[in-house]
Amino acid sequence: MAKVKFDRVTVKYGDHTVIKDYSLEVQAGEILGIVGPSGCGKTTVVRSLGGFLNPDEGEIYIDDELVYSKKRRVNRSPEQRRLGIVFQDYAVWPHLSVWDNVAYPLKKRRAAKDEIAKKVKHALEQVRMTGYEKHMPAQLSGGQQQRVAIARALTSSNDLVIMDEPITNLDAKLREGMLEEIRAMQRRLKTTIIYITHDQEAALQLCDRVIIMQQDGQICQIGTDEEIIEHPANRFVFSFIGVSNFIPVTEDQGRYYLWKKDPALCYASQAPQGYLAGKKNVMGIRPMDIVFDDASPIKAVITQDVFLGSLFNYFVRLNDVELRVQRSTLDSLDGREYHEGDTVGLRFLNEKYYDEEEAV
Amino acid sequence: MKMSFKRTNSDLARLDGKKFGLDQIMTILCFLILTTVVILPVVMIIYNTFWDGSKIDFEMFVRVIFREENLSALKNTVVIAFFATLLATAVGTFFAWLLGRSDIPMKGFMKWLFSIPFMIPPFLAAMAWDMMFSGRGGYVNRFLMNIFNLRNAPFNINTVAGIIVIEVIYYFPFVYMQVVSALERMDPTLEESARIAGAKQWYVIRKITLPLTIPAISSGMLLVLITSLSNYGIPAMLGYSKNIFTLPTKIVDLVNRAGGDFQGIREATALSVVLVIVVSIALFVQRKVLKTGRYDIIKGKSMRPTLIKLRGAKYPLLVLSLVFLTIVVLAPLVIILLVSLLRAYGLPFSLENFTLNNYVKILVDNKAVTDSIRNSIFLGFGAGFICLFLGVMLSYVIYKVKPKGSGVLEMLAVLPYSLPGTVMAIGCILAWSGAVFGITLYNTIWIILVAYIARYLTYTLKSCSASLQQVHLSLEEASRACGATHMESLADITIPLIKPAMVSSFFLVFLPSMRELTTSILLYGPNSRTLGVAIQQLRSNGYMTQAAALSVVAIIIIMVLNAIVKSITKDRKGV
Repeated sequence: MAKVKFDRVTVKYGDHTVIKDYSLEVQAGEILGIVGPSGCGKTTVVRSLGGFLNPDEGEIYIDDELVYSKKRRVNRSPEQRRLGIVFQDYAVWPHLSVWDNVAYPLKKRRAAKDEIAKKVKHALEQVRMTGYEKHMPAQLSGGQQQRVAIARALTSSNDLVIMDEPITNLDAKLREGMLEEIRAMQRRLKTTIIYITHDQEAALQLCDRVIIMQQDGQICQIGTDEEIIEHPANRFVFSFIGVSNFIPVTEDQGRYYLWKKDPALCYASQAPQGYLAGKKNVMGIRPMDIVFDDASPIKAVITQDVFLGSLFNYFVRLNDVELRVQRSTLDSLDGREYHEGDTVGLRFLNEKYYDEEEAV
Repeated sequence: MKMSFKRTNSDLARLDGKKFGLDQIMTILCFLILTTVVILPVVMIIYNTFWDGSKIDFEMFVRVIFREENLSALKNTVVIAFFATLLATAVGTFFAWLLGRSDIPMKGFMKWLFSIPFMIPPFLAAMAWDMMFSGRGGYVNRFLMNIFNLRNAPFNINTVAGIIVIEVIYYFPFVYMQVVSALERMDPTLEESARIAGAKQWYVIRKITLPLTIPAISSGMLLVLITSLSNYGIPAMLGYSKNIFTLPTKIVDLVNRAGGDFQGIREATALSVVLVIVVSIALFVQRKVLKTGRYDIIKGKSMRPTLIKLRGAKYPLLVLSLVFLTIVVLAPLVIILLVSLLRAYGLPFSLENFTLNNYVKILVDNKAVTDSIRNSIFLGFGAGFICLFLGVMLSYVIYKVKPKGSGVLEMLAVLPYSLPGTVMAIGCILAWSGAVFGITLYNTIWIILVAYIARYLTYTLKSCSASLQQVHLSLEEASRACGATHMESLADITIPLIKPAMVSSFFLVFLPSMRELTTSILLYGPNSRTLGVAIQQLRSNGYMTQAAALSVVAIIIIMVLNAIVKSITKDRKGV
């Protein structure tokens, strides 16, 4: 278990500032996800922590120990930072066997022979790769190479492992399984894991806390999965973590309209929860939170219906705009079926309101 | 968790860019070495051409250029290079298509034949052709004269046309190699869709296949063009006796006739500048002409292209190709072998004239010859190892450290590739005859070593950097994160991963060093003859049979080594 602290770190490539005043604390023993779209600076954060990149400003601590500060002239080389890194492309050394790959960190840290053997065996057990010790990486599948990379990170450090998009290159089914395994392994070993990904679902599923970064390298929100799903800090987070509909909303004399002042588009006669008075509002709503209700005055036409097994996916046309609606298969046990061309009433639940002026 | 602070001081200095870390040391070394080995000779040539010791002097340069014999050498050089390139490209492309795309039988055998000219040094091949077709003395000429009762020799190889023909024969495999690999990796759907659209076979070849292979053809052409412009061996062997000179042979002639006189060497330098200008123009024109039309037609994964049926033309073409290739490739080998066994040059090939005496004479009695073999082996290993070391270091600095000016480094390292060997040799004479720090290497084997390093560094750089670029940065970073220092991660990860490329790049230098003539003919001293020089001297002193015997020895050494390389690199690939 190790803590990590970034204190106002700034990284520039030439004139381009990748991250600015980036501050962050990782608690001992947690899985922290860093999530953001491609190019938002996630990898820059990891590379700064690993010692492969020298930030222009700020300080980085691992376990209260200063590892980097340009101002105070401290820069621990990567090998002195004692962490394990799982790279996106695995970076399993193709000329070394599985055993040699996993044993390498221990050899470099001058561990005793029997200790090496014990730890390698343990690490390979953790990633369920026992029996593959003699294999060369070329003989392994992508998923297996990934496991070797994780085992190697574990022998490199018990305390802190950084995973940079570790499962992006695996197929969907393998990804799911791998996530569960990383989770279970972390529960056993209590290793602090920093998990970098652009896949918000994986992050929310795996991590204790998630940091959402936006395109310009700023942190938008730090929170548990529940906090982020229930209370997205801004419009970017809302749209980033799931499929969403955005509808501009307007208010007139205490009545609330979608798009424009039209009686057929009036959906509330009192201020909805979260409405930002005095601002131009945009309603953000998940497909699951739009429900079909004949009693509702808002009428829309279904333009497409697709059955996806656990849910129905609909596109409905309202005011010439297509909205996405999802309905759980369980809900359709009431016997009502909706088809293309049907007119339905729409009701909105748990909608969020954002300032339209806010940058996305 | 405890961490040591002992490296902190040096690391923080690195933040200010002041530290001489491993990377910085290597970068500085690279600049230093390239400056001495590459820039210095080039600068010395320009300096000596235009500086007569007291003032800037263009007069000598102009006078040398416009001397009639030099103008004719210039003309010969250009004419030979132009026609040799044109014809070699046509022949090479034809064979590439035949072997890469048609259903002609015996492909394996023909491909094997193609690999042989690469192993025989050009001056040896020229010597062999000279033995067959030189005027009335050539064996084949005499044979034809006897049969058909001719009064004059039917062929005369000691002409500009003869030189062109031999260069074509020797260089067309260069084009073949480039084009055949492009054809074999070309996406077959490109041609198939044209066929489906209703185009006829011949139309597809002309309008689809040929244009798409233009990048490969042009790079083969460029190779032939530069090699031909700078080639010394072939024109020297074929033209010298009839006073047909090209720029490289003229330069060597000037230096030899100068006999150490500095003015003579300065004239050679002036001609070197002319030769470099001609090569640069050729490069420039080639780049301009072929700028248009670069396509990305070659897919990374290999596909099996559809083979074109030759139908009725199949067997005539097969016979034609086999006869042509066999003559071109095997005839020189056979004639050299036969001559090496003769009691005296000129005698007919019959059993009672055969003897092994020539081999005994050169290998046992002639100390100059045995020394030359030893020298060439030493130079091969020396240049091979040094170029390997420098090539690895340079490619690491250029592609992984990426310091400011890495582009300059790369340019400097590939510069000698387009610099004719003769010119490099002149530059080395000027640079290492006490001009710099009073270091005199002239007349020793070391000046040849330095010249070889300058000439062949490009080979190891290209081979190593191609391999190094495939070693992803994260592999090295992973080992750093695992606790390895920079040095350890180089030793444990990077170097082992590029080892196969290192082995083959060593031989890429070793083999040409073994058979080199162009630079060593200018640089050898009494105790530093190379194999090539020894053969050339035996021949010009009239010991034709012994020259042939030594050639056979050289070819055997080269072929054996080549076989060893092939087996080594094959093993590596298997892992």
